Amino acid sequence: MQRYTKTAMLLHWLIAVMIVSAFFLGLTMVDIPGFTPTKLKYFSWHKWLGVTVLALAAIRLLWRQANKPPAPLVSIPPWQHKVADGVHYLLYFLMFAAPISGYLYGSAAGVPVVYLKLIPLPALIGPDPELKAILKTVHYVLVMTMAGVVVAHALAALKHHFIDRDITLKRMLPRI
Amino acid sequence: MKTIKKIALVSLMGVALAASAAVLKTDPAKSSVSATFKQMNVPIESKFKKYTVAIDYDAAKPDASKATVEVETASLDMGDPEYNKEVAKKEWFNSAQFPKATFVSSAIKSAGAGKLTVTGKLTIKGKATDITFPLTVKTEGGKQVFDGALPIKRLAYNIGEGEWKDTSMVADDVTIKFHVVAGQ
Repeated sequence: MQRYTKTAMLLHWLIAVMIVSAFFLGLTMVDIPGFTPTKLKYFSWHKWLGVTVLALAAIRLLWRQANKPPAPLVSIPPWQHKVADGVHYLLYFLMFAAPISGYLYGSAAGVPVVYLKLIPLPALIGPDPELKAILKTVHYVLVMTMAGVVVAHALAALKHHFIDRDITLKRMLPRI
Repeated sequence: MKTIKKIALVSLMGVALAASAAVLKTDPAKSSVSATFKQMNVPIESKFKKYTVAIDYDAAKPDASKATVEVETASLDMGDPEYNKEVAKKEWFNSAQFPKATFVSSAIKSAGAGKLTVTGKLTIKGKATDITFPLTVKTEGGKQVFDGALPIKRLAYNIGEGEWKDTSMVADDVTIKFHVVAGQ
């Protein structure tokens, strides 16, 4: 069976876990009223996750150029391949656009990132209340879209595994 | 000389001497008083939107100069209205009970060309401490430009009580920066 490389698998699942964590942290943190130490911590963790996802996504894209994914399964009709390709392109786009929009949002809000409390990252844009409002909406729309696409992607994988009973999901998992 | 003439003469001399020390008017558009603090090691510079500065400065005799700064604690702008509301609460500035933070100088000494050492009383949230900090002064476009940075420890003034005493979240070190452009 032709599987994805171990590196591709690691990047896939690591990024997936981080995206899901960042998403739920994001939803929780904005609902905390006022200004509490917990809220501050969640904001920081959320941003660190986003920056890490961005870095890992870049590595993943580079890895994919040098290590092509397994060939499409012949048992799957071409239209499904086209839909899958479209969804995967969209996921790659969102994997970059979501954290970038978040990063710029934080910069426009005057709160740059000090990665892991150790490494100050450049603000890229200065504090700007108008941009802040725009980027807040952009970030929200992008992450909610990503949430929807991720759910569709996961459900499709499960459909292939349990209904079609093909190796689509197995290819992204190591031999256990 | 008759006594009354003596008194008049001495008073006139006193007024003449006092007139050489100039009370300067602050240009609010060009001046700022800000507090820079670190949360989760991220530096946040926030400006106080409402403050008054009274400077009585004589470049020839800095020792005779006086400076008073009064800041409205609830006017700190951290760029977010929700955070700005928080900082006025009891755990932070407690602006309801202590609406103003003040600095009143007790001594201003020359520390070389364009440099001053300012000593005075800083009162925040009802706590007063004696502090000394450096100030630079230069003349720009006919006005005096004063720049100074005053490092304080927020916990010394009980700023950030309860769960906020944790300095790993918001650091103890806070720098108050003055940039005052003033003229006659």
